[in-house]
Amino acid sequence: MLEIKDLNVWYGGIHAVKDASMSIKRGEIVTLIGANGAGKSSTIRSIAGLVKGAKGAVTYTARDGERVSLLGRPPEVMVKLGISLSPEGRRILPQLTVEENLVLGAYSRSDGDGISRDMEYGYALFPRLKERRNQKGGTLSGGEQQMLAVARALMSHPDLLMLDEPSLGLAPILVSEVFEVIREINREGRTILLVEQNAFAALKIAHKAYVLEVGNITLEGTGADLLENPKVKEAYLGG
Amino acid sequence: MSTLPENKNPVRDNAMTVVATALLAAFLWWAEGHLDGYKIRIINLIAINAILGLSLNLIYGMAGMFSLGHAGFMAIGAYVSALLILTPEQKTAMWILDPIAPWLTGIHAPFLVSLLAAGLLAALFGWLVALPVLRLGGDYLGIATLGFSEIIRILITNLTPITNGPLGLKGIPSHTSLWMSYGCLIAALACVARLMRSNFGNVIRAVRDDEIAAKTMGINTYSTRVLAFTMGCFGGGVGGALMGNLITTIDPKMFMITQTYSLLMIIVVGGLGSITGSVVGSILVTTMLEWLRFVENPVTIGSLEIPGIPGMRMVIFSVLLIAVIIFRREGIMGMSEFSWDRLFSYRNRVTRGGGAS
Repeated sequence: MLEIKDLNVWYGGIHAVKDASMSIKRGEIVTLIGANGAGKSSTIRSIAGLVKGAKGAVTYTARDGERVSLLGRPPEVMVKLGISLSPEGRRILPQLTVEENLVLGAYSRSDGDGISRDMEYGYALFPRLKERRNQKGGTLSGGEQQMLAVARALMSHPDLLMLDEPSLGLAPILVSEVFEVIREINREGRTILLVEQNAFAALKIAHKAYVLEVGNITLEGTGADLLENPKVKEAYLGG
Repeated sequence: MSTLPENKNPVRDNAMTVVATALLAAFLWWAEGHLDGYKIRIINLIAINAILGLSLNLIYGMAGMFSLGHAGFMAIGAYVSALLILTPEQKTAMWILDPIAPWLTGIHAPFLVSLLAAGLLAALFGWLVALPVLRLGGDYLGIATLGFSEIIRILITNLTPITNGPLGLKGIPSHTSLWMSYGCLIAALACVARLMRSNFGNVIRAVRDDEIAAKTMGINTYSTRVLAFTMGCFGGGVGGALMGNLITTIDPKMFMITQTYSLLMIIVVGGLGSITGSVVGSILVTTMLEWLRFVENPVTIGSLEIPGIPGMRMVIFSVLLIAVIIFRREGIMGMSEFSWDRLFSYRNRVTRGGGAS
């Protein structure tokens, strides 16, 4: 569904991603792990259209089989194509209620029924959000905000859901809760690209994984393989 | 699916709104018959400043675009409206430096149409400015809009065949009664309140608060900004037209940067991003600027006579402004809005607290 070939991203003079190539098949959970500053976020931000000056070829196969080249397109086009990003740091809107945040997530759509259905779906995934639907986003706890960020990203009814560091700043128990929901979203047929520093949690649920180191993809394999890989164990799983 | 905040008591709230409007109407009717021209003008000015503050607040407070160009859009509105309602005789008599452009003499429209035209033309210019300028952010936007405002003023000063240059326009037939200005204010309040309660209002807030979040939701942040800016300029044009019509004389010097600053003052004091705040700010700033005139009069204490110092009220006013910024940085209303619900729950809290003591 997504083919990335020789992706290069520069931020000013910094070469953040160097000739990265990867592929994502429909229905998979693919994870991108690596240390801080390895280029994980830059990679998915360029898929989402948030980075200017990314070079290479990113080819996306849409629902109807049409192949689209993504680079250089603005983010609203990506959302329309069925790609949704839940950005790093959640970025929910603190002044708006939970429900208003979700409605905004459906900004690109005009099918009222479908929007209501997806909102109910989000509430079913995260019942706590339903309890707090009229509460301002800023009053939620960190975990609830992360849930809201994921639910909001689902409101555009994406085929490819990209999650940037969903475990950031969460208590361990919440991390497993969020990852369980990610798995569930995937089981219902959505492809997921997961960027994580929490390599252990990410590899456990991933079908396929890539390891990024200072902008280069150094390892790839199935989630289970990489969990056993001595290099990964040493660098990311604490020996 | 509604994004409106839940209205707990719509019947009461609607009734209260009707009562409040009736009270305002009764006050205006009373004021018209009992107050002198000076006071009526101040009351008019409060409404017009509130409209202008509201339109700048839409751009700066609600959409987060630091614009210093409002005086320019006001000028466009004031000139468009005045040129449409001046009679052909007045026009031919007034242009003495250069003859008036022939096509302009015959153009005439009723006042309400001229207000609409003022708003639309200001919005058109706003849109043209926004297209390139809103690619900039933050301080750059402020500088660019400030520059634009000055360009407008200088163009007006020099386009003598159309604007009568530095002499300005005099004897504009006045239509700005209390009913006109408060009618316009209520219409403006209703429009902006409706807009900000709609999903588009949330989109504007999202673009202001978190551009990246807005983009990931598929919002085209640039065109949202352009739209909000254009709407704000429409309000600026209408407000400028009302202002010119109230004073019945306009000239380019009226629309200097100080005009933008007083609007900025209104919304900063009232509360950036608050509709209610724009009105509260306008009431406070407009009346304070007039009321403080007494400090410029000579004072006699016993045998000591202190001569009046012109400009003293601005000094005191600055001190008050600094106090607001120190003690209530977010403005009097902050970002919150007046609602009957808040008022009643506040009253209940107060009475309950009073009963306990």
